[in-house]
Amino acid sequence: MTGWEVIADHYNYYVTIFLMVAGLYIVIARGNMIKKLVGLGLFQTSVYLLYLSPGRIIGGTAPIIDERFSVYSNPLPHVLMLTAIVVGVATLAVGLALVVRISEEYGTIDEDEIFAKDEDQ
Amino acid sequence: MTGLDEHLPILQILVPLFGAILTAFTRSGVLAWTIAAIASAIAPFISAGLLMRITETGKPISYVMGSWAAPWGIEYRVDLLNAFVLLLISLIGLVSIPYARKSVATEIDSHKQPWFYTMYLLCLSGLLGIVITGDAFNAFVFLEISSLATYTLIGLGRHRRALLSAYQYLIMGTIGATFYIVGVGLLYLVTGTLNFVDLAARIGPAMQEYPRPILAALAFMTVGISLKLALFPLHVWLPNAYAYAPSFATAFLAGTATKAAIYLLIRIYFSVFAVAIPFRQLPVTEIVLVLSLAAMFIASFAAIFEQNAKRMLAYSSVAQIGYITLGIALANKMGLAGSLVHVFNHAIMKTALFFALGAMAYRTGVLSLPSLSGIGRKMPVTTAAFVVAGLGLIGVPGTAGFISKWYLALGAIEHGWTWLVFLIVLSSLLAVIYVGRFVEIAYFREPSADLAGVREPPPTMLLPLLALAFTTVYLGFDTRLTGGIATRIAEFLLGGFTS
Repeated sequence: MTGWEVIADHYNYYVTIFLMVAGLYIVIARGNMIKKLVGLGLFQTSVYLLYLSPGRIIGGTAPIIDERFSVYSNPLPHVLMLTAIVVGVATLAVGLALVVRISEEYGTIDEDEIFAKDEDQ
Repeated sequence: MTGLDEHLPILQILVPLFGAILTAFTRSGVLAWTIAAIASAIAPFISAGLLMRITETGKPISYVMGSWAAPWGIEYRVDLLNAFVLLLISLIGLVSIPYARKSVATEIDSHKQPWFYTMYLLCLSGLLGIVITGDAFNAFVFLEISSLATYTLIGLGRHRRALLSAYQYLIMGTIGATFYIVGVGLLYLVTGTLNFVDLAARIGPAMQEYPRPILAALAFMTVGISLKLALFPLHVWLPNAYAYAPSFATAFLAGTATKAAIYLLIRIYFSVFAVAIPFRQLPVTEIVLVLSLAAMFIASFAAIFEQNAKRMLAYSSVAQIGYITLGIALANKMGLAGSLVHVFNHAIMKTALFFALGAMAYRTGVLSLPSLSGIGRKMPVTTAAFVVAGLGLIGVPGTAGFISKWYLALGAIEHGWTWLVFLIVLSSLLAVIYVGRFVEIAYFREPSADLAGVREPPPTMLLPLLALAFTTVYLGFDTRLTGGIATRIAEFLLGGFTS
């Protein structure tokens, strides 16, 4: 197998890695608190792909036993990721609620400006 | 009672979880506190029951969810290690709850109090869940339940910086949890299982075929859990989070949250990866040892120069976690036993210290060290309890801290590293400085005018503090609960491994 075939065979992993690193980069590099949460969301979403893509088998069907089908996709990763999505939504909700409160108290949601305001006190 | 006995593992989680749902429907702080108190009072009895059953039979208790046999269903598996940490967490919950009433009543707006107790109970059930579950993914879910509740608890602090600390902790905590789940995913891809016991059995054979994903999984899990347990240099969220959280939340979290994460790290290293992979194939000993030593020294120095009393203790927590991870890095019987003993002792001592500070904040409303000068004359009992727990932190003989350091030193000698014993003693001297600084301010300075009319806190706050201060001394003499059990746990975790 040439290098390109290896990449083509595992392209789902490369997408996962790209999303993961891009999300983490946004969290670290951005000062705007909403953008940070967006990055965090992207980072968490990449994990869904990491679990789901190997669980899906091409030509496989939902795991309901029937004589017409012999290839089934693995249901467990899907169930796990449903839970992870719920966790992600909850985290985002708490994060956004905190940003709203921070905006009320400080009048800004930029980290550098907030630190500057606290220094002044 | 045999029927109920069987369901102890699930009741451990259900009692606080059900309490959380009930408190969410109440509109009165007193009623919510009563429900929280009942749930917190039942939990330690369940943990103690589990621990007693395991010490009697010598076998782990397995509980399968909805009769789906492990490894397909979720299994709660309680062995000596879980039972030990469960007992610690539920005991801290029990002593915290009488303290909570007055402290929360003054620091939290009355319409938010029921929600505050809901968050406390969710946090308690999440932490107990991390410890009791035998399923890697279930541990993630509980980790997030406890973390989300923790962010809210911290964000309810009175200073606006509490919001900022909560936000920063949310970002770092979520990155940590996501790293952990990436590690779990990689393991699932190569082994097809999530059950800790089943994973342990399958990782060995899978290691022949897929060594790289397994080592990557170990690295991801180590970084993720280290963020949650605040291993240096991943501790930056901790000082602010502890400093600005409400007094009760700080005291409860300091004793429990990092400890549950430490349990998870020990479970992953010693049960799932069966000691040999992390400590033979990867230089975990060296890496964790260097980071632990950095924590012990750098964080202690930070504590020495800190002006805010709560932040000082928070930095001290980072340093003390260094001792715990030091024992993990040694990966021998005495070292690991030292870690476990210190998990217990540090939780007791640090909760006592934060209780004392919370009581001072309750009466004076300030926590900067200069403004607490002369507090020893105004609140003699509270300050004395602080000093006793502080002596424990230093590791003075006759206190719990001495026992922890004694075991760690024995572990270092067992490893043939006598220089490490020297470093452990040296770093304890740094604790002498920051505890000593507080003693100097509290006793040898004239009380400032602000402290006029300040007196001892109400008994509901004083008694839990005194109970913990007494335990600090008691555990310095009677080591059956800590040292005895910890040595047994270390023996079975290592299972013949020699470093």
